[in-house]
Amino acid sequence: MSKSTTQARPLSPHLQIYRITPTMAMSVAHRITGAALYFGILLFALWLFAAAGSKEQFDFVNALFGSILGRIVIFGYSWVLIHHMLGGIRHLIWDTTHGLEKHTSRQMAIATLVGSIVLTLVIWIAAWVIRGGL
Amino acid sequence: MADMRTPLNKVRGLGSARGGTEHFWRQRLTAVSNIPLIIFFIGFVAVYAGASYEEIRAALAQPVVALLIGFAFVSVLYHMRLGMQIIIEDYVHEEGWKIFLVILNTFFPIVVGATALYSLLRIAFGG
Repeated sequence: MSKSTTQARPLSPHLQIYRITPTMAMSVAHRITGAALYFGILLFALWLFAAAGSKEQFDFVNALFGSILGRIVIFGYSWVLIHHMLGGIRHLIWDTTHGLEKHTSRQMAIATLVGSIVLTLVIWIAAWVIRGGL
Repeated sequence: MADMRTPLNKVRGLGSARGGTEHFWRQRLTAVSNIPLIIFFIGFVAVYAGASYEEIRAALAQPVVALLIGFAFVSVLYHMRLGMQIIIEDYVHEEGWKIFLVILNTFFPIVVGATALYSLLRIAFGG
């Protein structure tokens, strides 16, 4: 092998060298939320499986999900899911070649974050009201 | 340099990986189907969070609910398998590990999907 291929040569700069911008942060978040959702779906398969089983099995899983930690995980999961969905819708819009201008994509990135928080809160408050919370 | 590809190969446009744009296209296709299914799923979970065994089973036994949740699982599982494959290909460069993880990435959604669909059918048919 020639010297040029065995020597450690400088690599092109990676993520850490750039100033973080909203589009970049939301791009990274899209991948992280996607990976989290990949494993998080196990929770819902478990929930369904328990519902298909006996009342004791279901009550055990329901108690886990109903605990403080369980509620935090499910609330967090719903936020991550909505964030990934809004991020995905952004990608679908880009696929149509719209919204790629610098200022527009920046606004869309910020809208993804703000929208995901607002939507998550609205959904859980609405569900709480439907269940007779008021 | 002369293009050595046959006209048939060119028109198929599959390239060296024999996959063409199928991965990209299916990612988008399942992204689109995910949107309404996930909206329904989130609404269902939010409303039925903390409900009793009998309430949940009665809700899941309704044909429309069972079908929509079944579709949601299939669509989401396919979509997440495509996404995780990209993550593996981006970060795992050792060939043996890459193949191992790509295989796991195929088994995992099948196991989760089979469990979910079995559970839904069992509830729907009153097992």
